[in-house]
Amino acid sequence: MTARNDPLAETVRIEGARILATLVRTVGNLQVAEDAVQEAALVALREWPRTGVPDEPRAWLTVAARRKAIDILRRESARADKEREAVDLMELSSPDPPPDGVVRDDQLRLIFTCCHPALAPDARVALALRTLCGLSVAQVAAVLLTTEPAMAKRLTRTRQKITAARIPYRVPSDVDIPGRLAAVCGVIHALYTAGHAPLEGPAAVDVDACAEAIRLGRLLRELLPDEPMPAAVLALLLLTEARRAARTDPAGDIVRLSEQDRGAWDIVLIAEGCALLDESLRRTGGVADPYQLQAAIAAEHARAVGYDHTDWAEIVRLYDLLLTVAPSPAAALSRAVAVAEASGTAAGLAALDAVPPGTRWYAVRAELLARDGRFAEAMADVTASLAGEMTAPERRYRERRRAEWTARSRDA
Amino acid sequence: MAQYLALTYTADVDWYAPEHAAELEEYRVFGRDYADRITASAVLHPTGTATVVRVTGARGGEVVTTDGPYAETKEALTGYYLLEAEDLDAAIAIAAQIPAAWGGAVEVRPVLRAK
Repeated sequence: MTARNDPLAETVRIEGARILATLVRTVGNLQVAEDAVQEAALVALREWPRTGVPDEPRAWLTVAARRKAIDILRRESARADKEREAVDLMELSSPDPPPDGVVRDDQLRLIFTCCHPALAPDARVALALRTLCGLSVAQVAAVLLTTEPAMAKRLTRTRQKITAARIPYRVPSDVDIPGRLAAVCGVIHALYTAGHAPLEGPAAVDVDACAEAIRLGRLLRELLPDEPMPAAVLALLLLTEARRAARTDPAGDIVRLSEQDRGAWDIVLIAEGCALLDESLRRTGGVADPYQLQAAIAAEHARAVGYDHTDWAEIVRLYDLLLTVAPSPAAALSRAVAVAEASGTAAGLAALDAVPPGTRWYAVRAELLARDGRFAEAMADVTASLAGEMTAPERRYRERRRAEWTARSRDA
Repeated sequence: MAQYLALTYTADVDWYAPEHAAELEEYRVFGRDYADRITASAVLHPTGTATVVRVTGARGGEVVTTDGPYAETKEALTGYYLLEAEDLDAAIAIAAQIPAAWGGAVEVRPVLRAK
């Protein structure tokens, strides 16, 4: 298990993920390559603290992983011809790490394979964490809130599908790239979102999935600098990340946007996010994609010097566009909040009527009703909002609001 | 090259009925266009003609038959193509040309290779 704060383990993990991409191509089998890199990483973690980190850790790990792969392929004698050929090939090939250009192509291949649309969306996220981020199965399970045996089974089934159905280890052709990129960006975005829940919940996870998503987002952007979507998804992640620290107080309680300390927002990330968004939009001819629109909304918030200076009319306009390209109850709910800020609570409540109710819906409605002094109705709605599942800080926040409204309805 | 079975799921129709003649012709066109990729294919009679066969216990047990298809679904299994393709992307590209893919669905399954 690697810890977030252990630089040696971090180096081994990140270098391991980089090596894996090339090894998968040489070996022709994801499972064998993963096992080989993992075994090499274990040796490094055992030896390096004793012998010191080698001058070229990447070269060291490349050679070690290649040897492990040969061992594994020899052990499994019933391997197909192609993989036996791979052994011969590897033994003949030079032990130097492959040049950067080759590694980049391999990394892209691995990204597109792990995020293939023929795999289930949650399987893509799990596989990305395992192979592209180099996390252990236990860590992947922790991030995705499941058990290690269940995750191991899930990953095995996914690899089996890749092998049996012959999902190609290849960068899609130029015409297919836009469609396939949507799946890749979806995985990166889902990964970032998954990072939020454990962070705010009671369970302590030693992996920062948000940081992993940003690292992948940066890699994809670097590998495909001319494509607008990777820039947009990275912009969205950075603009969200810039405000992460200000979202909770030292006790872990939620701080509302209107009360956040804007001085605690990360201005470097905001500037980078805005620049990426501008560049992405410049490269887009027609309609903005959902990541560009969500990033634009985040940028509007980031640009406002204070909550009262927020351009809510512009935010409503962006939500309207978002709902036309990617309708979702979550976006419709956020739009209703923006409408309430732009045009008053009555308009906000009217907008809410068109959204299917859920626990967050009740929480939003309760806030709007309380703003109008309708405390009895607000208390009923916030009580309804507490019925479902939510993170511990979210629950504490809603309970706190209910107590405030109870007190104020008595005073009234 | 790998083999894939493409199962077509569509409305449960009698393909001989005159109102399906044009549709059937679309399948014939697909069959001609991809003749070099299709190893075998068939169109099936409606599910009303299906019989499910089970043997109780073990081999040699009582043969029990029931009328109708194995699974009652909104869209029925109405035909198949056995395809040759280099990988899943190629198989998906061919399957997307089968008329069942619009208005119905095509399930693409890799065929186990003999060891």
